[in-house]
Amino acid sequence: MLKVDNLVVRYGAVEALKGVSLEVPDNSVVAVLGSNGAGKSTLLRAISGTHRLHRGRIEQGSISYRAAGQNAADEQNDQNAGLIRIDKLDPAKTVGRGIVQSPEGRRIFGRLTVDENLRAGGMNSSATKSARTETRERVFTLFPILAQRRGQRASLLSGGEQQMLAMGRALMASPSLLLLDEPSLGLAPQIVEQIGEIVLEINGMGTSVLLVEQNASMALRVAQHAHVLEVGKVSLSGPADELAKTDQVRDLYLGHGAEEISGSAAVGRSQHLTRWTG
Amino acid sequence: MTLFLELLINGLSVGAVYALIALGFVIIFKATEVVNFAQGSLLFLGGFTISEFSDDFGFFPALLLGVTVAAFGALLIERVLAIRGSAASVNTLAIVTIGVDIIIAAELVRRVGVDARTLRDPFGADTLNLGGVEVATSRVAAIIVAALLVTAFFLAFKYTKWGIAMRASAEDPEAAALMGIRRSRVSAIAWILAGLLATVAVIFLVAFPTPGLDGSVTRLALKAFPAAILGGLDSTGGAIIGGLLVGMAEQLALGYDNYLSFLGGGFGEIMPYVIMIIVLLVRPSGLFGTKDLARV
Repeated sequence: MLKVDNLVVRYGAVEALKGVSLEVPDNSVVAVLGSNGAGKSTLLRAISGTHRLHRGRIEQGSISYRAAGQNAADEQNDQNAGLIRIDKLDPAKTVGRGIVQSPEGRRIFGRLTVDENLRAGGMNSSATKSARTETRERVFTLFPILAQRRGQRASLLSGGEQQMLAMGRALMASPSLLLLDEPSLGLAPQIVEQIGEIVLEINGMGTSVLLVEQNASMALRVAQHAHVLEVGKVSLSGPADELAKTDQVRDLYLGHGAEEISGSAAVGRSQHLTRWTG
Repeated sequence: MTLFLELLINGLSVGAVYALIALGFVIIFKATEVVNFAQGSLLFLGGFTISEFSDDFGFFPALLLGVTVAAFGALLIERVLAIRGSAASVNTLAIVTIGVDIIIAAELVRRVGVDARTLRDPFGADTLNLGGVEVATSRVAAIIVAALLVTAFFLAFKYTKWGIAMRASAEDPEAAALMGIRRSRVSAIAWILAGLLATVAVIFLVAFPTPGLDGSVTRLALKAFPAAILGGLDSTGGAIIGGLLVGMAEQLALGYDNYLSFLGGGFGEIMPYVIMIIVLLVRPSGLFGTKDLARV
């Protein structure tokens, strides 16, 4: 389980996250919705420990993690048992804990081949050679196109294929929690659908997914739980199917005349959902 | 014709040595984006260590020591640069390496003194007769050793964990970090390898027919710099081609010096820099360099 508690992240004078709290339970898919600049990527950077590369600082709050299955016995008694602080870890150590991110814009290594990209993804894993081969076979089953293109330079792949490579590359580290930053960005609707299916499949294999998206319709379909992030704060959260029915989400993220209704007015009509303050 | 063939072989040999040094530049640049101007003094350090110990221990044990000392020296520079490295710009760090270069070289010049030292390499003053062309054995050995080393390096870039980590990290440091690739480790290994390459290069740089190791060796090593630049600072293949090009042009210009006398004697000395400038005028990112090097 991942637990983000009252997280404040600042880049110089800009406060990008102003006290964000959320949880990703074991074996779940959790979506974080929000428009550009809401702080979605900052949240993932802080979890992965790459905010420092952007001169970001965690000013307050904490991020803790416990991989599924660890301390299962304690779990009944105490929700927080076995949670370990990860907000001071460097990116490599975070990966070592089983949290791997597929970044926004895919960021595949274009000059490397598909195979080399996958090897780069599995680099940190302490798995044996046979376990790594097995992981790669799993990735190839999930993304057959990657097997076909394995010797090709990654820059020659189409946008959708590059997204699959980015996800496959992240999976090579056998994560227990996969952070996906806008996997639908710039992709055709059918491909987005396909990405959604794949997220469910990945989740079915026992990996939790924290899915950050602007494309709310796909995200809300695959996630059990969702949070709406607005200028650095969680403005709304709840079960994904309930959230999908709220006016705010419908209007702002599902594309039903977003311009006319302001966010705060829309939120007022969703009293049955948890309001997040602070 | 014999002269031409002789110059060609010499050019290939000198070029191969430049290529080894240039490869060191490029590896460090790819891993860290820092241009390492201290490469010349690392080479001096390796050569000096060999010369200190080859009398007592023989050449090959001394070579091992030389490689170790140069690699350790390189690692030390890397660690010093890394202390505040993330806060400083790569340009600042490059200038720091100039300072480091001057300090190391000054100390070594003081220790070496005025007489050129021999490294007691096994080639001595032997020559080989290749189809009527008389060439120094060391020059032929340089070609063979460089070819083997370069091949080994290219295989390592292509297939080893470090090679993939380095290429990934060079292309996108943040994405590489997200894969758990540690740039500090990639960079440390790059510097160590550059130290190794420099030490192997110095053997041939000061072997017969060169009189031996003295303070001028850093100036010789500096010619690998135009080689790396004209090949494209981030291209390992470019370093090799650039090295060969510079070596060849330099030897031909030296050999046909009397035809170039209208430019004044010793034109070969400046040849590497002339070629570099011409290539950069046509292709600003070098022959094989990535175009978007300016991106930060």
